[in-house]
Amino acid sequence: MSEVTQEQITVLLCQRLANFTETETEVSPETNLITHLAIDSVKLLNLVMEIEDQFDISVPLNTLVDVLTVQDLANLIYKIKSLSQ
Amino acid sequence: MSLLEKLDASAAARKAQLPEGIGAFGIPIEESYSATEARIGERRVLMLGTNNYLGLSFAPECREAAHQAIDQEGTGTTGSRMANGNYYGHRALEREFAEFYKYRECIVFTTGYQANLGTISGLVGAGDVVLIDGDAHASIYDGCILSGADIIRFRHNDPADLEKRLRRLGDRSRNTLIIIEGIYSMLGDQAPLAEIVQIKNTYQSTLLLDEAHSLGVLGETGQGLVEKTGMNDEIDFITGTFSKSLCGIGGFCVSNHPQLDQLRYVSHPYIFTASPSPATIASTRAALKLLQEGRLLRERLWQNAHRLYSSLEKSGYRLGPQPGPIVAILLDNPRQALTLWNGLMEHDIYVNLVLPPAAPEGKSLVRCSINAAHTTEQIDQVCDVFSKLHPIVA
Repeated sequence: MSEVTQEQITVLLCQRLANFTETETEVSPETNLITHLAIDSVKLLNLVMEIEDQFDISVPLNTLVDVLTVQDLANLIYKIKSLSQ
Repeated sequence: MSLLEKLDASAAARKAQLPEGIGAFGIPIEESYSATEARIGERRVLMLGTNNYLGLSFAPECREAAHQAIDQEGTGTTGSRMANGNYYGHRALEREFAEFYKYRECIVFTTGYQANLGTISGLVGAGDVVLIDGDAHASIYDGCILSGADIIRFRHNDPADLEKRLRRLGDRSRNTLIIIEGIYSMLGDQAPLAEIVQIKNTYQSTLLLDEAHSLGVLGETGQGLVEKTGMNDEIDFITGTFSKSLCGIGGFCVSNHPQLDQLRYVSHPYIFTASPSPATIASTRAALKLLQEGRLLRERLWQNAHRLYSSLEKSGYRLGPQPGPIVAILLDNPRQALTLWNGLMEHDIYVNLVLPPAAPEGKSLVRCSINAAHTTEQIDQVCDVFSKLHPIVA
């Protein structure tokens, strides 16, 4: 996954996050991780570990403070992935 | 949403999760009779939810030392170690801890929480990395946040996962502090220390081992996992607390690195707080002696732990990965955990209830902790009650 685009990251995240909800919630780039998906802190931390493995990057937890939506998370991953290449 | 409305929302969410479960947290202990019995409401209960692993909370030597310290030095120091709060007892306890571990340096902190907060935030800063076990205690997370370092988690007790994340860091692995615990507080399992030491040496990282739950419990003289595994020369920093096996309050960090002493000048949780009271230091010093000589207490503790673990296993409960002073019973959901907790209370047995997100991986737990003062009859009584209550989880 060396040539991944920002759009591909967003789509991947939407697919993965859809499994986090017990109800049929449609996940879009604008979906708020906390208020819409009700992801608790432990689930979010575990998701970050999955993301790190999928994209072979390090995502420090302290970089998540400004992440509210799926798009914010996709932007962060794309930025880290770009810098690591 | 205003500041106070946020708190209202938090309270409402907690109540919605399990309305009848709120009473299980912060339960009032009306009287404490001994290391194993207390009164809750009108019930005289068997305490199976303390961290009093060696059963020393009423040890005459510790009580006498605390009484003497109050009489001679007063009730509190009223100041920081860096000002008027640096008494003979604080310095003596530091020497005694360093001698106990055969390490060069020791710093005593006011709480175990602050020992992690102060050590981690003093060791690493912006630009450094902390690599922490996924089940690490909140004091470790908070120390990492306070430090400003990049925080990365690895999968719980998984050395291969740790190595993978270190490899990704490249040269930054040399400025990385790996943080693990001797015994993990929720499931009671032990860290694979030898494998983790090998990895930290390969990547030239630094290792901090928190022995909060393993001090007094593991090793011939009770040093913890470091002694059990013979890794004393390999660990950079060991932290721990006085509030469990030592039955006081406070914390420590020991190290062979002379630079540890510099933390006294840079670590805010050390500097900007009052030092432990004379009575706390005196009882802890007495307890540390008993802990070192407490081989028979450790034997008794482990007999009790194995007896409870094997009985619960036979009864069909799902348990944490290995026997130990913390025996965690894994339940399907918060309601089932609360039903079991209530059943135990109705039989005059107090244990800890742990609900998500406090427990790892969203688990719900009934968490027992055993101590050396529990009699075989008390342990058998607990086993019988658990056996009767098993239909709750079947």
